[in-house]
Amino acid sequence: MGVPRIELRQVGMRYLTRQGEIEALADISLTVAPGEFLSIVGPSGCGKSTLLSLIAGILRPTAGQVLLDGQPVTGPSRKVGYMLQRDHLLEWRTVMGNCLIGPEVQGLDLAAARRRVKQLLAQTGLSQFQDAYPDQLSGGMRQRVALVRTLTIDPDILLLDEPFSALDFQTRLTLADEVWTILKREQKTAVLVTHDISEAISLGDRVVVLSRRPARVKAEHIIRFDAPRRPSPLQARSAPEHNTYFQRIWEELQSRDAE
Amino acid sequence: MMPSSPHSLAYRRYLRALRIRLAAVRATQILLLGALLALWEVAAARHWVNPMLTSRPSVIWQTTLKLAATGALWTHLAVTLRETLVGFAAGMAIGLVVAVALWWYRPLAEVLDPYLVVLNAMPKIALGPIFYIWLGEDRSVYGMAVAISVIVTIVMLYTGFQAVDPEKLKLMRTFGATRLQVLRKVLLPASLPTLMATVKVNIGLTLVGVIVGEFLSSRAGLGYLIIYGGQVFQMELVMTSVVILAVISAVLYLAVSWLERLVSRLLHLPIRE
Repeated sequence: MGVPRIELRQVGMRYLTRQGEIEALADISLTVAPGEFLSIVGPSGCGKSTLLSLIAGILRPTAGQVLLDGQPVTGPSRKVGYMLQRDHLLEWRTVMGNCLIGPEVQGLDLAAARRRVKQLLAQTGLSQFQDAYPDQLSGGMRQRVALVRTLTIDPDILLLDEPFSALDFQTRLTLADEVWTILKREQKTAVLVTHDISEAISLGDRVVVLSRRPARVKAEHIIRFDAPRRPSPLQARSAPEHNTYFQRIWEELQSRDAE
Repeated sequence: MMPSSPHSLAYRRYLRALRIRLAAVRATQILLLGALLALWEVAAARHWVNPMLTSRPSVIWQTTLKLAATGALWTHLAVTLRETLVGFAAGMAIGLVVAVALWWYRPLAEVLDPYLVVLNAMPKIALGPIFYIWLGEDRSVYGMAVAISVIVTIVMLYTGFQAVDPEKLKLMRTFGATRLQVLRKVLLPASLPTLMATVKVNIGLTLVGVIVGEFLSSRAGLGYLIIYGGQVFQMELVMTSVVILAVISAVLYLAVSWLERLVSRLLHLPIRE
C-alpha cells in the first residue's frame, strides 16, 4: 500500500508544568493510509487532542517521530487541515471572509480560493449565506462553514477534534453524514478524535482505542459491514455490526486492567 | 410603527408601557436638574446661602455669555480640548504599542509586570511637579495627560489580548500563520471591544490629567480659569468653568459611546457595557 499518509513511530509526549510532569502519550505507533478515515476513541483527558496537535505540527513530540508522506513533521504543514470542537469563526468576517483566512495567511491566489469556497458552500447548502455574518447562522451552519474553511486550503489530511460534540444530537448526525460524504468524495485522509463510540464506528474505516493517560494504543478495530458498499454514517448506526463493535469498544474503555 | 401591526394587543401594550416608563425617567431627570438649579438660584437670591461662595445659575449664564462675547471662552475651551485630544491620542497610541510589545514578547511582560502594577496603583498626579520641571509650562500638561492614561491603557489592552480565545490563535497556527498575521487578522480585531472600553475610560482620565496639569502650570485652559477664579475669589468664574467642563465631559463621553456602537455594528461584535 506504499508510503502511509500519516505515520507515528513510538511517539511519546510529556508536558512539563510547574505542578509536575504529565506523560500524555506513551509509545504510540500508528499509520494511516491515503484516503483512510481513522477514528480514535479514548477516555476524556487521555491526550487525544495532543495526538492531533502532533500530527498538525503545532506541537513537537518528546519521543519518537511523526511523518507525513514519509517526511518528518517540522512545523504546521499545508497538507493538514484542522477542525476543532468549536467553529471559532471570526465574528467580524462574513462567511466568505472566514473561509478565505487560510488562503490569505498562506498567500494563495485569492480569486481561485474564492471560486473554491463558492463550490464548497454550494456542496454544503450554504450558498445563499456567503455574505452573512456568523452571528446570523445556526450552530450546525457555523460548523459547516468551519468545514469549508478547512477544505478551502485543499489539505490532503483532515484532523477532526470532536467537531460535532458541541452540536445538538440531530445536527450532529446529519453533519457527520455530510462531512463523511465530502471527505470520501474528495478522497481525503481523516483522523477523527471523539469520545462518542457510535460516531467513531459509523465514520471510521478503523477505530483505535486509547488507554487512560499516558495514552497507549489499547486496541484496534477494522470496521467492516456486511454490505456491497460502505453504508453512510447514518445507515451504519443502525447496522447490526455497529452494536457488536460498540459493545467491544465499550468494554475496552471500561476495563482498567493491566496495560 | 406599521399601521397593521402583527403583534398581539398584549405585546403592543407592553411596548407602550416600556415607552411610557422611559419617558417618565427622562422627564424626572430633567425635572430634577430644573429643581436643583431653581433651588440654587432662589437660595442664593434670598441669601439662604452666601452667593459670594456659591454663585448662582443666572450669574453663571451671564458669565458664560460674557466670556463667549469677549472670545475668552473659545480660547480657553480650545486649549483644553486640544490638550485633551492630543494627550488622549498619544496615551492610546503609546499604550497600544506597549501592549502589543508585551504580547509579542512574553518575557517582557513577565519582567515589567510589577512595574506596571505599581505604576497603575500610584497616583499619577504626584508626578505633576516633575513634569513641570522637566517639560516646562505648556508641555507638562501633555505629560500629565499621557501619564494618567497610558498605564491603564497598557493594562486593559494586554489583559484583553490575553482574553482572546487561545483556540482561535491555535487555529491560525494550523494554517501556518506568522505572529504578525495572527496579530493583524485575529488579535487586534478581536480586541476592538476592549479598545473601545479603554477609549471610554481614557477620555475621562485624560481630561483629569489635563485639568490637573493646567492647575499646576498653565496660562490658559479651563483648569487655568478655575484656579485663576479661585485666586481672585470670583466664584462665578470658577462655577462657570466647572459647568462648561461638565458639558465637555458629557459630549466627549457621548461621542465615544456613539463611536463604540458604530464600530461594534460594523464589525458584528457584541457591545460590552
